[in-house]
Amino acid sequence: MTAAVPLWVRRPAAERVGWLRTVDHKEIGVLYIGMGIAFFALGGLEALLLRAQLATPEEQLVDPETFNQAFTVHGVTMILLAVVPLLVGFANYMVPLMIGAPDVAFPRLNALSFWLSLVGGIVLYFSFLAGGAPDTGWFSYAPLSERAFAPGTGVDYYILGLAVNGAGTIIGAINLAVTILLMRCPGMAISRVPLFVWMTLITSVLILGAYPALTAALVMLLVDRQLGGHFFDPAGGGQAVLWQHLFWFFGHPEVYIMVLPAMGMISEVIPVFSRKPIFGYSFVAGSSVAIAFLSFAVWAHHMFAVGLGDTENAIFSVTSMLIAIPTGVKIFNWIATMIGGRLRMTSAMLFAVGFIAMFVIGGLSGVSLAVVPIDQAVTDSYYVVAHLHYVLFGGTMLGIFAGAYYWFPKMTGRLLSERLGRWHFWLTFAGFNLTFLPQHWLGAVGMPRRVFTYAASTGWGPLNLVSTIGAAILAVAMVVFFVNLARSLRSGEIAGDDPWDAFTLEWATTSPPPPENFTTTPAVTGRRPLWDRKHPELRDAR
Amino acid sequence: MIAVRPALTTHRTLLGVGIFIASESIFFLAIVLAYVAYRDAGLATAKATLDIGRTAIFSVALFGSSATMALAARAESGRWLAATIVLGAIFLLGQGSEYARLLGEGIGPGSALFGTTFFTLTGLHGLHVLAGLVTLAALLAANRRRRRAVHPVAWEAVGMYWHFVDAVWVVVFSVVYVGTLL
Repeated sequence: MTAAVPLWVRRPAAERVGWLRTVDHKEIGVLYIGMGIAFFALGGLEALLLRAQLATPEEQLVDPETFNQAFTVHGVTMILLAVVPLLVGFANYMVPLMIGAPDVAFPRLNALSFWLSLVGGIVLYFSFLAGGAPDTGWFSYAPLSERAFAPGTGVDYYILGLAVNGAGTIIGAINLAVTILLMRCPGMAISRVPLFVWMTLITSVLILGAYPALTAALVMLLVDRQLGGHFFDPAGGGQAVLWQHLFWFFGHPEVYIMVLPAMGMISEVIPVFSRKPIFGYSFVAGSSVAIAFLSFAVWAHHMFAVGLGDTENAIFSVTSMLIAIPTGVKIFNWIATMIGGRLRMTSAMLFAVGFIAMFVIGGLSGVSLAVVPIDQAVTDSYYVVAHLHYVLFGGTMLGIFAGAYYWFPKMTGRLLSERLGRWHFWLTFAGFNLTFLPQHWLGAVGMPRRVFTYAASTGWGPLNLVSTIGAAILAVAMVVFFVNLARSLRSGEIAGDDPWDAFTLEWATTSPPPPENFTTTPAVTGRRPLWDRKHPELRDAR
Repeated sequence: MIAVRPALTTHRTLLGVGIFIASESIFFLAIVLAYVAYRDAGLATAKATLDIGRTAIFSVALFGSSATMALAARAESGRWLAATIVLGAIFLLGQGSEYARLLGEGIGPGSALFGTTFFTLTGLHGLHVLAGLVTLAALLAANRRRRRAVHPVAWEAVGMYWHFVDAVWVVVFSVVYVGTLL
């Protein structure tokens, strides 16, 4: 056993205000991450229920109504209550440290955003107690979500929960954007901030542009449901397709909101564990700006089956494919960073490399879905489910795990176990691919998503069983991770300030950092300030 | 003597409010687009029922309140601030009377597509005016109680939001009311 290290913050006991009242960016970051982990576990349990029901043909484990609620809440949970809070949590904790600031621009607003996000999640889950969760899918298409077809209160809780959660996310994005734009320490030009900070800035802009469209759509749906309005009600002259336009105007940027920060995480991890600066810093940042612009012009690729018309479909097909270019640029940046480097394959690095491999698969299936005829053939099938999980689990979640192994020592003063980390990685890698790779084939042969069961004569049984076994392995991997977290928190190896011999400012302070982060304001002359300080003779030119 | 005015791009509060307003603009854009998308379906009702002359008078009160707000912020003047609140309240009362009249004629958010889009768009704007009035009143109260404790930037920030609410009405009035003349 090792000596006691205080967890989280070293604020003197007299100054501690407790988790409910804290406005410290690091404590709020931990709260966000805690919220993300809790909802990730809930969403995971819902996913296991889905996979158990689908393991064999004509299974009777749950009834169709429960199944509908489970996949709806699984999607909303993972996207808005797990992944986004996890990413915002790391950004909250790390961005001020990385730019040499004592806190975020608006500490009290920061607390407000967290609590709004959490309350939004609680409101959504309260629907289970209040007569049934929403069962209309995470994108809740009208007119299915209208009162005539969803008479329960589930969709109303969906509306309120998402609106409140979204308000928190928008306020958080304002806070992070202003922090990055105005609170950088002397010398920390915007062209020198770590790439995770760049990605957080771009993500904030995406949130500010995309979430209001969702809020507007939710308000309209609420007017329809509660005041008898006709926005999405064809019988009253409204158009159901308007919901799809508004939702996906939010929904597609949302994908980049979830993936860019994870790309930022591996852009920190890969250079440190390759012992090289990132290859093509400005291309990583610039290509992400390009992705952000394009992401607002691709939403209708979710609607190729709606019948918008050949011209519209062709335009959105082209813009969607264009996104592959800036994304591909980054893949090459990361690979070129590793080439010729002295690679240290720690758990963080394993997950970062895993991200690249899995994200390439998800990206390529995405390009295939941008081809209108292919999309029309496999739309609403398991091919789409496979694609989105390769992007959001194979990409985003592996990136978050990379960030977790990388930054846990900074946040807690202790290292995560590398031995358990390896188990975690390889079980995740095997379980993930077993779960989702077969779903490409299932989708290609016509298995629709969101069906609660299927006939044995379809022949879909074996691949579904493989997928369910994969999900079970994935669950074991997550248990290993949680055990690692719990054990390392109590008795992990003491990390010290800079266990990875890293490059950026968060490692220039203690682990965990003191209340105002730095005893003296750092001065920066390059993109790798800590490297410059440790090796003045080898200082970066910029 | 005019103090050095904090700039939008260098003061964190003003930048924060500016970004918030940009995000709010997209929210209103979505609602306005929905109104425009359904305009044809409701145009006949709009022409028959909306009282453009009366609403124009109340709109002048709101537009005028932007001027009084600018004067209030420049001089950090409680009086001009109070005038802004009065003008904003007059506008809201005007909206209220318009609502009462329409509801009396059987036109509500659930009656037909026009009612749905009209009440949603103008109602969301009205809620923003109300939020603005609460903020203005808070500033007025703080200014009365301890004038020195009010940071100069508060005047700028509240003013920015108020001008935004006003600007949104320029768009809404044009699309909803002036649109009936086309």
